[in-house]
Amino acid sequence: MLNDFLVRAGLAGLGVSLAAGALGPFVVWRRMAYFGDAMAHAAILGVALSLGFEISIFVGVFFAALLVAALFLTLTRRAQTSDSALGVIAHSALAFGLVAVAMSAGPRVNVESYLFGDILTVSRGDLALIWSVAAVVAAWLVWRWQALVTWVLSPDLAETSGYNTRAEELGLILALALVVAVGIKAVGALLITALLIIPAASARPHVKTPEAMIALSLGFGALAAVAGLQGALWLDTPAGPSIVCAAALAFAASTLFAKLRGR
Amino acid sequence: MSLIEARGLAKRFGSETVLHGVNLSVERGEIVTIVGPNGSGKSTLLRMLAGVLQPDSGVVVHAKGLKIGYVPQKLALEASLPMTVRRFLDVPKRVSEADAQAALARVGVAALAKRSLEGLSGGQMQRVLLARALMVQPDVLMLDEPTQGLDQQGQADFYRLIEELRAEIGCAVLMVSHELHVVMSASDRVICLNGHICCEGTPEIVRNAPEYRRLFGTGTQGALALYRHEHDHVHDESCAHEHEESH
Repeated sequence: MLNDFLVRAGLAGLGVSLAAGALGPFVVWRRMAYFGDAMAHAAILGVALSLGFEISIFVGVFFAALLVAALFLTLTRRAQTSDSALGVIAHSALAFGLVAVAMSAGPRVNVESYLFGDILTVSRGDLALIWSVAAVVAAWLVWRWQALVTWVLSPDLAETSGYNTRAEELGLILALALVVAVGIKAVGALLITALLIIPAASARPHVKTPEAMIALSLGFGALAAVAGLQGALWLDTPAGPSIVCAAALAFAASTLFAKLRGR
Repeated sequence: MSLIEARGLAKRFGSETVLHGVNLSVERGEIVTIVGPNGSGKSTLLRMLAGVLQPDSGVVVHAKGLKIGYVPQKLALEASLPMTVRRFLDVPKRVSEADAQAALARVGVAALAKRSLEGLSGGQMQRVLLARALMVQPDVLMLDEPTQGLDQQGQADFYRLIEELRAEIGCAVLMVSHELHVVMSASDRVICLNGHICCEGTPEIVRNAPEYRRLFGTGTQGALALYRHEHDHVHDESCAHEHEESH
């Protein structure tokens, strides 16, 4: 069954969108959309590193994402958010990445497949990696759940409850870097943030607890992956963008439905 | 042994020294109120005593296994985070349905369990925050300006509730406030803060301390006058109700 490239693509899309759908609510709650974007843009730099040092793309992207996260955190430790710092880092990382990819690999490498994903060429190895990341993210969420929710709610409450907010934040950043690193293959560096944000935002109007929001976000993520790939087949459109289009349409429907119900 | 003991606390933010040379301890079962003008370092001190904030120098020692019921000044509630009152009581640890219902009933908001936090009034929110703090069966309740934004009656009710809870569960209470007259009457000990501890003692002692009068006697005539009025003029009918409460 896994010999069929369409089945592999479907499983890859599902794995990435589930991992992103589980993490997405935290990105929304912590207002890290732009932060996630910066990490994803750094992925291209990671691709260049991987090509240059001949290591796996996954490892290169993971460390590039962490590097950008560390850079951002040291630059803005004091301030709560910093639009301009993120703007500088995100786009610099992307630009340097594009230049570095061109220099290290020449025109042989199709940069577009990293920017927008290349889900139809997913290998069995890629699949194993994607679902391992999904499993690690799920296990981490279950393990740290109460601490994470307390931290999101109020860092002071978390500290007085004996949790270390720095450690939880680090955990979230590591998990994000993992998801970005596997998301490159599925939807690409430019669109992975969409899979983090859109399903979570679609879920928000219909739920009253954080648990329900994660569950519904997972549902919206899976729906986007399946419907997007199906749509890409029918309409002969690029798979990654089609998945995000499906997520966006689901968001629109969700918002409309919420409005009609008066939420 | 004291529940919390602090020695030689100092804290700077940037180049500005907010607190210096603060020594204090909190004993089992007592109500301690920290009062001081804006910017006097009250909240900073409370957060250091709670262990949320690290002092630049000095130490905070908690009794072994100390359980803190922390009531933040307010919850910077993120609109994207869905949270019902009932679910909030499960932070940081899940609690039984019976315990949750009992705590909500005890603070007088039993009907709110299914409501979302974002729709609550200021007074309801304070009680829900208090109910959550009670879930951990605290040795000490820490409250940061708990009655900010409540009207006089609301403040008086809230402080009476705190007093009752202290009597019922025997926890110590450490709170920060600038609402001098109501708070002071409910406290075993008042600490008057302005960058350092200006004076401390029973409400009576602090009220008569020259340091306290210097700090609050000018510019806040109203507050000081109100306090003295209630306590010095027993026969004044207009204040009889509040006076009864404070004894």
